[in-house]
Amino acid sequence: MHDVSPSRASFGTEPLLRAIGITKRYGDFLANDGIDLDLFQAEIHALLGENGAGKSTLVKVMYGLIQPSAGELQWMGKKIVLGGPSEARALGIGMVFQHFSLFENLTVAENVALGLPPTESFAQISGRLEETARVYGLPLDPKREVWRLSVGERQRIEIVRALMQNPKLLILDEPTAVLTPQEADQLFIVLGRLKSEGRAILYISHKLDEVKRLCDTATILRGGKKVATCDPRRETAVSLARMMVGADIGEVKAASGRSASQPRLVIHRLSMQPDDPHGTHLDDVSLEVRGGEIVGIAGVAGNGQDEFFAALSGERLASGEGAIVIDGKAAGLLGVTERRRMGAAFVPEERLGHGTAPRMKLSENALLTGHAASGMVKRGFINKPATLATVDRTTKSFDVRKAKRDPEAVSLSGGNLQKFVVGREILREPGVLVVSQPTWGVDAGAAATIRQALIDLAARGAAVLVVSQDLDELAEIADRIAVMFHGRLSPPLSAAEATREALGLLMGGAKSGREPSVEEAPHATGS
Amino acid sequence: MQLVLERRPERSATIAITSPLIAIALTLVTMGILFAILGKNPITALDVYFIEPLIDPYSLAEIAVKATPLVMIGVGLALCYIANIWNIGAEGQFLVGAVCGSWLAVRTNGTDVGPWVLPAMLFLGALGGALYALIPAICRVRFGASEILTSLMLVYVAYYGMDYLVRGPWRDPKGLNFPTTAPFDPVATVPSLIEGSRLHAGTIGVLIVVMLVAVLLGRTIMGFEIRLVGAAPKAARFSGFDADRLVLFTFAVSGALAGLAGIIEVAGPIGYLQPDISPGYGFTAIIVAFLGRLNPIGILIAGLFLALTFIGGENAEIAMKVPLDLTKVFQGILLFYVLACDSMIVYRIRLISSRRAPAHA
Repeated sequence: MHDVSPSRASFGTEPLLRAIGITKRYGDFLANDGIDLDLFQAEIHALLGENGAGKSTLVKVMYGLIQPSAGELQWMGKKIVLGGPSEARALGIGMVFQHFSLFENLTVAENVALGLPPTESFAQISGRLEETARVYGLPLDPKREVWRLSVGERQRIEIVRALMQNPKLLILDEPTAVLTPQEADQLFIVLGRLKSEGRAILYISHKLDEVKRLCDTATILRGGKKVATCDPRRETAVSLARMMVGADIGEVKAASGRSASQPRLVIHRLSMQPDDPHGTHLDDVSLEVRGGEIVGIAGVAGNGQDEFFAALSGERLASGEGAIVIDGKAAGLLGVTERRRMGAAFVPEERLGHGTAPRMKLSENALLTGHAASGMVKRGFINKPATLATVDRTTKSFDVRKAKRDPEAVSLSGGNLQKFVVGREILREPGVLVVSQPTWGVDAGAAATIRQALIDLAARGAAVLVVSQDLDELAEIADRIAVMFHGRLSPPLSAAEATREALGLLMGGAKSGREPSVEEAPHATGS
Repeated sequence: MQLVLERRPERSATIAITSPLIAIALTLVTMGILFAILGKNPITALDVYFIEPLIDPYSLAEIAVKATPLVMIGVGLALCYIANIWNIGAEGQFLVGAVCGSWLAVRTNGTDVGPWVLPAMLFLGALGGALYALIPAICRVRFGASEILTSLMLVYVAYYGMDYLVRGPWRDPKGLNFPTTAPFDPVATVPSLIEGSRLHAGTIGVLIVVMLVAVLLGRTIMGFEIRLVGAAPKAARFSGFDADRLVLFTFAVSGALAGLAGIIEVAGPIGYLQPDISPGYGFTAIIVAFLGRLNPIGILIAGLFLALTFIGGENAEIAMKVPLDLTKVFQGILLFYVLACDSMIVYRIRLISSRRAPAHA
């Protein structure tokens, strides 16, 4: 790939940024515990770790967003205290966040101008934006409104915005999480170029192959502590994963003799206008999921997956009753509760706020999806023991760790809450399960538990539909994989056909393998 | 150094309970300062306001009489507010309830038709309040109109509608041209609890309502739906609950309770319909609902406290020659402090140095 041999010598051996004993305490919880980290010029340094390992906290300290409880930062040998991101930017530290902070209704240039100090005219900024974008091969139309842009293009805005301040250190927080493999390749070329200019890059990720391919040094965090700093090219993916997780990850066992039978979930020519003008229009989506099989829906976020989930769950109704058929019965015009009564179950992507009410207890969150089709409600009254029993059963079957019997949902860690949310549905033994991003932001142990539970459910005869951006996950559990792009669904590929490359091309929307251009983006309606 | 609001990892149970008390204490201090500025002795003033009514049996009965509509309306409003539905027009629903119930009392006046009149009046009052509350609810569900504005504006429609009726068609012919209806017959009057006192059976009714609403909120699926829609609307939709139906339901129930409070007030302590039947109960009940933490039992306590401010205000007007409007200032300050103290449940105030981090936390 790129030339990754360290050219550090020509830029001196003193670290550009040195973090010494960074500790950040939240109450009794140590998000960072005495972390040392040296970042050098002309180096791509990976920060690896599971969700909750403390990566975000550490980079927020480095960017001045939060103050460490203890420890210090040194910039080119001198101690610094960052009062805020503007002081970090003034030193030459830039950051690209995982979640973009862009105004959808403003143009690219307007968004960039808003993030820069008001020392230049708007015309100067526009000019510099075009220049920077051209030099680094990051094509952007400054006059285009952000809502028209793909996620990859939005990320380019953030990168260009950071580059326009000519940073010596650029921090990128999981930049490829939202990109297609092809878009990620383009990003890697840009990063290689930044490195050759002598800039330091701190690259946060949990994708091991990427880190091995791209980075010169990797620092691994686990549970708020630094585990190791190593050369990722000399490690194997397995050894890196072991350092990240701290133990060997349980293999997911495919149930033997899983045989697909009758279609239990049929989507027939489903089309739907989005609720909000920036949503995606579902366009003639058809799919059959048979009992006993797991079908995966791949695709980059924002290509209609949310709308698809809402149409399947009944949160939004289809235009005709035949568009969605559950176990042979037309369900397109039935609401969520009726679909649950037909034996369907749903797990949305967003754990807090959609799948659960954050400030309600787990027993109430059991009632949230259980009120329709179980003994939890009798003549309008809540059967509290029944809701608690569901919490207990889920806790036991899915090893949900929590501080007390019935805590608020928000107090659980992401992985444990996800186990609860998935377990709550699986314990109802649904005939059809639709689950979106089942292991998003979940540690490896919990992810394995959840994937195994999905496989076992399918083995018991249920039809399971998994919407996921994680191709590794789909490769691991799905029997067939279809790709959603711009609201359209590709025909499903069998597990054998669904290579990363084939999926990547479909995720980019190109039947011919071309990169999707701006002109191909659908013009959202209602604007 | 700077002051920052920092989110607590968990809601503070201690503050949740003590927040209303802190708010009351801060209000008392502020009022003391206000009295001092007005040239009154703050200690005497607070004594007249808060202590004297509590040691006088007549005033105690009056507190219960005033608390009855406040609590009745307040628990209804709490149902709306928990679900993030903003019925600001309880005052109008109160007036319409009073008018609808009074219609029967006026129609049957002097005919001695039988004991069914009062129950029928109560039913009509509740029905009228519910239907009137459904106007802003339907406007929101059908057209997306802000229920805050529509429900508030309908208060004035109700007030002037009632004013027209008592000055025009329903005016008592023997009433010396005063704008009132004829006094209601005994069968159309809410009975007193104690002979010679204004304490009436409606106070018992409000205790029953408090209990019913507490059960509804805590034990039923409908109560869960109300709490869920307020706490996490997207999760409520995912749960299969229909937010529009809930808007209609909570408006109808809160309107019915406000209407019931209205007809009880007219058929109880007042005894006839006239333009000034409410010193702003429907608005004060908003404060009662929040001061009571949107919890029925809390609202009962808060209603008694706010009733005390009304009685204390009347006392102070007579004894200390301070304007009666001071009571409203007082209630406004109280609501302000309640809301401010409430944010301390989820947040805490921290003093941090803006220059450097402390060496250890």
